[in-house]
Amino acid sequence: MENFDYVAPRSLAEAYATLGNGRSSLMLAGGTDVIVQLREGRKRCDQLIDLKHIPDLMTFQVNSDGSLEIGAAAPLATLYENAEIARRFPAIVDAATIIGGTQIQSRASLGGNLCNASPAADSSPALMALGARLVIGSSSGTREIAVEDFFVGPGRSALQPGELLVKIVVPALRENAGAFYHRFIPRNEMDIAVASAGVLLELDGSGQITRARVALGAVGPTPIMVPAAAQAVTGKAANADTFALAGAAAAEAATPITDMRGSIAQRKHLASVLTVRAFEGALARIKGDS
Amino acid sequence: MTTVDRPSYKVIGTRPIRPDGVEKVTGQAQYGADIRPPGLVYGRIVRSPHAHARILSIDTSEAEAMPGVLAVVTSRDLPTAADKVEELGETAVNLRELSENILAHDKALYHGHAVAAVAATSSQIAAEAVTRVKVTYEVLPPVLDVRDAMRPDAPLLNENRHTKAMDGSLSEKPSNIASVVQFKGGDVEAAFAAADHVLEREYSTSMVHQGYIEPHNSTANWNSDGTLTIWTSTQGSFVVRAQVAQVLKLPVSRVRVIPMEIGGGFGGKIPIYLDPVAALLSKKSGRPVQITMNRTEVFQASGPTSGTHIKVKAGIKDGKLTAVQATLSYEAGAYPGSPVGAGCMCMISPYNVENFDLTGYDVVVNKPKTSAYRAPGAPAASFAIESLLDELVKRTGSDPLEFRLSNSSRENTTMVTGVPFPRIGAEETVRAALDSPHYKSPMEGPNRGRGVASGFWFNAGLQSSVAVSVNPDGTVNLIQGSIDIGGTRASLSMQLAETLGIGYDDIRATVVDTDSVGHNDVTGGSRTTFASGLAVHEAGLDIQRQMVQRASALLNVPEDNLEYVGAEVRSKSDPSKRISFTEIASKSGQTGGPIVGKASLSARGVGAAFGTHIADVEVDPGTGKVTVLRYTAVQDVGTAIHPAYVEGQIHGGVAQGVGWAINEEYYYDEQGHLLNSSFLDYRMPTTLDLPMIETVLVEVPNPGHPYGVRGVGEVPIVPPLAAIANAVADATGHRFTVLPLSPRRIVEELYGL
Repeated sequence: MENFDYVAPRSLAEAYATLGNGRSSLMLAGGTDVIVQLREGRKRCDQLIDLKHIPDLMTFQVNSDGSLEIGAAAPLATLYENAEIARRFPAIVDAATIIGGTQIQSRASLGGNLCNASPAADSSPALMALGARLVIGSSSGTREIAVEDFFVGPGRSALQPGELLVKIVVPALRENAGAFYHRFIPRNEMDIAVASAGVLLELDGSGQITRARVALGAVGPTPIMVPAAAQAVTGKAANADTFALAGAAAAEAATPITDMRGSIAQRKHLASVLTVRAFEGALARIKGDS
Repeated sequence: MTTVDRPSYKVIGTRPIRPDGVEKVTGQAQYGADIRPPGLVYGRIVRSPHAHARILSIDTSEAEAMPGVLAVVTSRDLPTAADKVEELGETAVNLRELSENILAHDKALYHGHAVAAVAATSSQIAAEAVTRVKVTYEVLPPVLDVRDAMRPDAPLLNENRHTKAMDGSLSEKPSNIASVVQFKGGDVEAAFAAADHVLEREYSTSMVHQGYIEPHNSTANWNSDGTLTIWTSTQGSFVVRAQVAQVLKLPVSRVRVIPMEIGGGFGGKIPIYLDPVAALLSKKSGRPVQITMNRTEVFQASGPTSGTHIKVKAGIKDGKLTAVQATLSYEAGAYPGSPVGAGCMCMISPYNVENFDLTGYDVVVNKPKTSAYRAPGAPAASFAIESLLDELVKRTGSDPLEFRLSNSSRENTTMVTGVPFPRIGAEETVRAALDSPHYKSPMEGPNRGRGVASGFWFNAGLQSSVAVSVNPDGTVNLIQGSIDIGGTRASLSMQLAETLGIGYDDIRATVVDTDSVGHNDVTGGSRTTFASGLAVHEAGLDIQRQMVQRASALLNVPEDNLEYVGAEVRSKSDPSKRISFTEIASKSGQTGGPIVGKASLSARGVGAAFGTHIADVEVDPGTGKVTVLRYTAVQDVGTAIHPAYVEGQIHGGVAQGVGWAINEEYYYDEQGHLLNSSFLDYRMPTTLDLPMIETVLVEVPNPGHPYGVRGVGEVPIVPPLAAIANAVADATGHRFTVLPLSPRRIVEELYGL
């Protein structure tokens, strides 16, 4: 690990000014990835900007329209320990409770997890399924993009020099809607997704599927949306046969690699299994079974 | 749970707090990386990025010119080592190969092979200097799998290596097969011809690592008087001393090895890697030098155990196992020395089999040189035979444990080596498994299955030496040279307390350095509680004799009319004439000076151990994930000196065995790069991946030890591989013959992906 400066701005304006001082920067929004990357020499920087002292980035709120705004550096534990988030957005809890261990969750943040841009990140498919949008700021203002448009490649995001991820905006779920995220890991802890799936499921009064969103992680260079899986189930009854169609579409859409964490064949298979089970989980939430 | 009655002991069988416990839980215990001699500088190893490459040149000039860099060494700094084999207890090493493994000479033979080392004033400068050592390689094709390496056209790791047969003769053509062993008895062909059921299968296991928490480390100071001091984490300080002295061509007396507390070894901390390098860097720099491996280095370049391929055929007639024929091929890693011989010797030891023909091949491949790992060689062999028997016994319609009971080895059953067993507890473990609540419980639910397996491991004797000082207040210091990995200070203190009739808390045991006690072989081979326990018992008897002598003067009673009973000496004819241990101790200054007992021995009377395990699993049909629902390990432990530590050994062995069965494997790319050299991707089981492991301690005392001690630490890793595989076969209806039973392998095989 080479030497670097540690900077802790107290406001977004201060942070933007530091970002623009011409030195190479990395963000500390928890540190669970970046510290390891610096230590192992996989990344380097002149200055490490600690975002944990910027109040705007550390808070979250449920708006009057039921949408949720999460500061990019808010610790995961504060999210999943919040009763309203747990009730309205259980799919966020699905992801927030499995990123790192309990101690890490007191520091790690959704923003950090997104900006690290790992194809296997747990927050991405959950937020993509929920249709979340990202507010990106810089000294010249803010812009907004969909989460699924944020990932450019392994470890690479759409953030431009001088930009920061400020907050994540998650729309409210409609009536008769449920979302679910899960991953597959060979162990029960201390592991990274071999594959993962997040789904949003919306039903009409008769139990027909009116809308769905399917997102997969760890089956390509970035997390992906699978519109074909959503189309395959829309207008059909929410049952095992329908979910199997989505599973098949998910396996078809997956373009994984073989590495020490899993094989192409295994990951395509898992894309199907995890998609089907995520639909089952979302349906159970709509029914109030879990 | 204890199932066999034993003599009534005062201390043995209790569960006192370990003497090293407080220091460890408060963080005060000193491990190798904690030591900070004045002037300490930091060493780091330059490692090969290639699995197989000729080293054309090493240019150290740029690194040496860096400010803060004090020394750079390569193999040129090592004395030329003799091509001779040194016995280390548990393992043996060829000194030239040991030297080449420490710093590669002309060839790098695995990814991570050490080729040079630097010492600098900070670890950061050392890390930077490593990148400035310019090594030019000619990359050669690697050979990574044992079967590939055995092919006649395989790339050769060493063009001068010829296969050594059991009679010592060498093959005409060079080969990666370093040696062949064979154990033969009876007539297998005739037995197969007469058998009711015969089955042949092939099995494979992957190279796996012990996964000890503490990485290898060494701190060396080449003193100005030419002596060398080494602080290190090792299972055998005397073995480190012997190896360092040989590799550096120093008189043994000039090397002092100070063993630090050890954070796990499991056999992997018997060979040396860093010690001579730190010593040479210290000699060049004039400063004490500390080298610690990081986790990646531990995986890449310490000693895991062999990947294996085993072909085995067995025959049953009238419910009796009549014949076993097997070919075992073990990866030795870069240099010869796999535990294939032990694999052959252990494979069928739980059974009384008249006809057998077992052949073992020790094969070099471009992976790290293997080291001992808990019951080295036995788990893979057991996986093969116990999987085959599970399948075969099902065909006969018998219960797998009833089959094991009726075929069990007993006293006087001969091993494949021709040596008969003394009193053993093999069938007792099977009987206790049959009687266990676990085995009697129903196996219910979809995707669930139950498997059983038995296993065997030796008990090593080897050399131990202890000294015991009696203090004037009646307390005792136990000076031991056996490294304490699994509670040795406690288990030896308990045996001494039992022998002397004093309290456990009156004894303070200390592991001392190589200048301070006689030679002790490694803590390995499940030998220490047994062999150093024998030495402690003898030293206790020595003290008893001296106490009687002193009491004779103090009581004015002839020695032959005195006896040592409990913690006192009394007159046989007039028991009112008595004197306590403490009083004799307090008067030792007036009766001849300090009372010191000692014993040095090569232990005999080893007591081998057997285990029978039961595993219940559930296999997720979608993901292929195996969940262990329930696990019971039954083991003959001789006498459980400290039952909690015995149970701990069993828990640890089972945990490692389950990891080996389900997820652990060295994962290489085609060029021979190790891709999963981290705890994240190597996937040992965590506490969340295991159920509470139920233990059943069967106590069939070893007749060769005064307290009936057997080795207990290793055999619990032997049965889990097959117990899990047999349970998975029961759950899925599919027989898996390749480990690990990872989710990937299971879904790929079940769905033909």
